[in-house]
Amino acid sequence: MNLLDFFKRRGSAPVARERLQVLLAYERKNRDQPDLVAILREEIMAVIAKHVKIDQEQVQIAMDRGERMSTLEIDIQIPNLGAVATAAKDAAAAKDVAVAKDAAVAKGAAVAKDAA
Amino acid sequence: MGKVVVVTSGKGGVGKTTSTAALGAAIAQTGKKVALIDFDVGLRNLDLIMGAERRVVFDLINVTQGTAKLSQALIRDKRVETLFLLPASQTRDKDALTEDGVASVIGKLREKFDYVFCDSPAGIERGAQLAMRFADEAVIVTNPEVSSVRDSDRIIGLLDSKTAKAEKGESVAKHILVTRFDAARAARGEMLSIADVLEILSTPLLGIIPENQGVLRASNVGAPVTLSEPTNAAARAYVEAAKRLGGESSLPVAVPLMEKRGFFDRLLGRRAAA
Repeated sequence: MNLLDFFKRRGSAPVARERLQVLLAYERKNRDQPDLVAILREEIMAVIAKHVKIDQEQVQIAMDRGERMSTLEIDIQIPNLGAVATAAKDAAAAKDVAVAKDAAVAKGAAVAKDAA
Repeated sequence: MGKVVVVTSGKGGVGKTTSTAALGAAIAQTGKKVALIDFDVGLRNLDLIMGAERRVVFDLINVTQGTAKLSQALIRDKRVETLFLLPASQTRDKDALTEDGVASVIGKLREKFDYVFCDSPAGIERGAQLAMRFADEAVIVTNPEVSSVRDSDRIIGLLDSKTAKAEKGESVAKHILVTRFDAARAARGEMLSIADVLEILSTPLLGIIPENQGVLRASNVGAPVTLSEPTNAAARAYVEAAKRLGGESSLPVAVPLMEKRGFFDRLLGRRAAA
């Protein structure tokens, strides 16, 4: 440690204090409650899955919790319409298929086999 | 096939998590792919020591129960790109961890990584036994102090009987990592010497980490000490221990000498920093 470092150093404890405050505020708030981020994640995924077939391997989820704001980043690779079928395979989702089909036709793309 | 290393101790607070982070980061810096798994369900801390506590989305139990893919749960370190963390669950019950689940996760990690470090919880219960269950090697973190040495002896007994290797008639390669070693107190005879510890445990020595303020600073800022202060005495000792773990077993272990104190430090009654 040189002389300059000696004067520059303010100690790492304030950093530790701030990190703990952010973390504990979050953990205390969530201790007896369902995890909001987990709920958001699941519902967002469900909405997308309704329209697009999601390959679980192709989903990247990142999070960064901050003091005032957190970011949830969901990165889903959506196959091009026409190249791959939509998610809805069963009869119950026939309406969705129809919508997807129309959209594909309108774009002049070939309707994928699974949709039929 | 990667090597699975459990970092264990029996006793709490001896430096398992700090050592897992420091050794893992040191090995990853050489370009090897390293995964660190936190087995302390309910009391996770490896994420905090690694500075990834704000980035945890999924955890070990999500992966064992199939609610998340392994690739989604692994958090890549922002400093070393071959270093990954698999956090423990903070909210689930300890019983959520099953042997089959752990076997499957470790099996997959073994294929993708060169090293898989399992940071064991304290104690000798289920969590600690699952952390060591599939280990090829064990780093037993010991402080030169009676209760820690006694607990290490107990853990060595478990490594020799309760691991998958032991049950197959093979043995887990065991190494003692002495942490929080205070050369001045050892010289004054107030602390067990390295020779005492090794004689009692009759297990080879991986390294001696001196008691050092840099370790606390590193955990304050959320970085393995080997990354945040690479020239620090404790960090250098960890880097050397990592090399021995990586196969350079002939690298001699230096017993830390008493730290030199500068004039001002003496005047202010402060111990030397580096």
